[in-house]
Amino acid sequence: MTLSTATLPSRSLRFNPGLKRNRTDRLFTAIAALFSLIAVLPLVLVLIYVLIQGGKLISISLFTQLPPAPGLEGGGIANAIIGTFLVTLVGSMIAIPVGVGGGIYLAEYARRGWFSQFIRLGNDILAGVPSIICGVFVYSAIVATRLFFGQSYTAMAGGIALAVLMLPTVIKTTDEALKLVPQELSWGAIGVGASKFVTITRITLPSAFTPMATGVVLAIARAAGETAPLIFTALFSPFWPEGLFNPIASMSVLIFNFAIMPYEAQNALAWAASFVLVILILGANLLARWIRRFTSS
Amino acid sequence: MTSTLNQPSTSGTLPSCLSLENVTISYGSFEAVRDVYMDIPRNRVTAFIGPSGCGKSTVLRALNRMNDLIEGCSLRGRVVFDGQDIYAREVDPVEVRRRIGMVFQKPNPFPKSIYENIAFGARINGFKGDMDELVERSLRKAAIWDETKDKLKESGNALSGGQQQRLCIARAIAVEPEVILMDEPCSALDPISTLKIEEMMHELKKSFTIVIVTHNMQQAVRVSDYTSFFNAEAVEGGSGKVGYLVEFNDTERIFNAPVQQATQDYVTGRFG
Amino acid sequence: MRSETGQDQFTLRRRPWSERSIDGGFRLLTILLASLVAVVLLGIFLTVFNGAQEAMASFGLSFLVTSGWNPVNNQYGAFTAIYGTLVSSLLALFIAVPLGVGTAIFITENLIPRTWREVIGVMVELLAAIPSVVLGLWAIFVMEPLLRPFLNFLHQSLGWFPLFSTVPKGPGMAPAILILVVMILPIITAISRDALNQVPQELRQGAYGVGSTRWIAIFNVILPAAISSIIGGVMLALGRAMGETMAVTMIIGNSMNFSWSLLAPGNTISAMLANQFGEADGIQVSALLYAALILMLMTFAVNILAQWIVRRFSLSYN
Repeated sequence: MTLSTATLPSRSLRFNPGLKRNRTDRLFTAIAALFSLIAVLPLVLVLIYVLIQGGKLISISLFTQLPPAPGLEGGGIANAIIGTFLVTLVGSMIAIPVGVGGGIYLAEYARRGWFSQFIRLGNDILAGVPSIICGVFVYSAIVATRLFFGQSYTAMAGGIALAVLMLPTVIKTTDEALKLVPQELSWGAIGVGASKFVTITRITLPSAFTPMATGVVLAIARAAGETAPLIFTALFSPFWPEGLFNPIASMSVLIFNFAIMPYEAQNALAWAASFVLVILILGANLLARWIRRFTSS
Repeated sequence: MTSTLNQPSTSGTLPSCLSLENVTISYGSFEAVRDVYMDIPRNRVTAFIGPSGCGKSTVLRALNRMNDLIEGCSLRGRVVFDGQDIYAREVDPVEVRRRIGMVFQKPNPFPKSIYENIAFGARINGFKGDMDELVERSLRKAAIWDETKDKLKESGNALSGGQQQRLCIARAIAVEPEVILMDEPCSALDPISTLKIEEMMHELKKSFTIVIVTHNMQQAVRVSDYTSFFNAEAVEGGSGKVGYLVEFNDTERIFNAPVQQATQDYVTGRFG
Repeated sequence: MRSETGQDQFTLRRRPWSERSIDGGFRLLTILLASLVAVVLLGIFLTVFNGAQEAMASFGLSFLVTSGWNPVNNQYGAFTAIYGTLVSSLLALFIAVPLGVGTAIFITENLIPRTWREVIGVMVELLAAIPSVVLGLWAIFVMEPLLRPFLNFLHQSLGWFPLFSTVPKGPGMAPAILILVVMILPIITAISRDALNQVPQELRQGAYGVGSTRWIAIFNVILPAAISSIIGGVMLALGRAMGETMAVTMIIGNSMNFSWSLLAPGNTISAMLANQFGEADGIQVSALLYAALILMLMTFAVNILAQWIVRRFSLSYN
């Protein structure tokens, strides 16, 4: 070594694993790894049990038959599957137009005035309202007052309760998606004399479509699994759905009701319904994730 | 051993502090800078100049393994400091950074008080002496003591940009490294702050080896003893450019009588 | 064109009335739809508040501190449920915060290869997507039986301590707390992860540049810089835990008898609502709405505090 540095007093740069700082570093890394393991463990365990316990019952009859009367065997959850789709559809039909409209207001029209601040804050607060309270609200406002043709518990009421729950998510998603659209794009449209309405509907909204769609898919997936807003709005029904203005079964309420029954056939159906629900919801989540990745690359 | 091969660009007979031996740095599969040989002399100011994208900052960040923080960044060749290749497997990058400090382009004081900004580094380096004295000495050396002595408890973020940068320099000095790397330390600052930092560097080189990346040629002339000029060339068949070291010499020679035509063109403002 | 034909072919150089009214109408429509948020929020508050009037008049503030719940002679006190709500959510938070923040650090701070970080991140996000009622089902049939020997051991060795003074017999406060941990862990992880990702890279470089080891940098520079957003996220998680209904209802035991013991069945306000609201009548409805009002005020307070913390402190690094 002819380098002149070699003649100077030399302090080793060697990694010394025994140093206190390196030992603490390893310790904390190990703790963080352990915590991450604990954090993913519940997902793995829940998925394993849902797939095994619920998978046992997957058959044609599960998707075509009504649940059995207490004490009897067999049957399916066909009415609950249809019910979940119907109620979620009603919720989406209300929450998406309202939420997208509100989101457009916040992103495109709102100035820094008190009103928009108030709506934004209100939206955040609404997002934090416990889902059971949404149920209580819709019960008091619609079910107890027999608002729909004198009916008390209705699929419609359940859908409205879900809509209240989805609304803040849809608004926030729309607001954030629209804000991601480059300003230059809408300036371009405004620059050739397009009205604000045309600019928003033809230019801004289409370019924000993907993030909005993923957000909305996630909101729908979350609503489909909600139980608390449905237990005293849509209630439950052991029969086939009878339109939007009667009580209706749903998978989530079925799981709740059947889980706490002392009959094995009902417990098994609760697992089967969990299987279907989890597959649908995780499927929607992975779909949303895939759309996002697919369009961003 | 074999350091007579590939004789590095000259730095005379001064004791060298850091030697780059055939250093090539890549981001993923893309080569950012290629085949650099250089001996950086001890207790002098060495400036890296060159057009943007020539890899001068990348080389600087390689000198204390800061590139480790960038995912996919890899280095071939050797960077020898104190007789040891700092990229050898068994080397502790933390140890390297304790002896080769760095000041960044954007002032980045920690979200702590001015006092704590200085004391933090000293403490983690196991400083056992009088902390108040060290803080004052470091702030004095960085020419910011007078402005901060009455508000040491206030947040470092409350200072102006130029003051923040001098605080960051004080922070780097406080741990008493052997080398201070400065990555365009004045690019975000006003002329007066720049002047203060340049004056300070003349003081600092008595105790430290300084390597500075600058895009300002006048600054290189004012502060540095040695200058290396980097350039970038298009890669055959590739889409990007790869940087390389054109010339390394006394600052005076680089600016007045460069060997390479490219250097001549650059320092006279014909490109870049 | 004008010059060739002598007349203007762009017939819409002056905006017609119809276009202008569509433009204005659309704006009004969005304002209207946005206002629905306020209407719904106000509706929720007024419904619950009005419904609670009767119970508020009858029981006053002693409702908050008494724990009798007797539909037969109409005596109601929500202390058990309020205590259960606070204890279950705070203890769940106490467990979930280190786990969540630790996980967030593990998947942001370059400790393991990117692929693994992403896999863990996705798994935690998917955990958030599992419906509460499915977690409840799992808690009843899988978690609680697995947990019971451990809880029994706790009781046997620490039974003198009030928190472990009863024999675990199935549903109870302890399994409810654990299922709450599972439910809020993804929120804490996601928000901490975002917060850590937003810490400027320059700050990390500064820390490493003076020779910090990874964890010195994390504890002294990175976490302090992200702490306000993390606290905001923790508050949001607390709000979520207090309002969480289904899984808790299914595993907490729904007992209105107060017990200090975490191994005994307990109750929370939301579980009480889920169980009783559908079948209640008379002043019981009002008592339940009174409890709902308390829950709502608690979550309001926590959420507003969370928003405030995030807004107040998050701008300091721009």
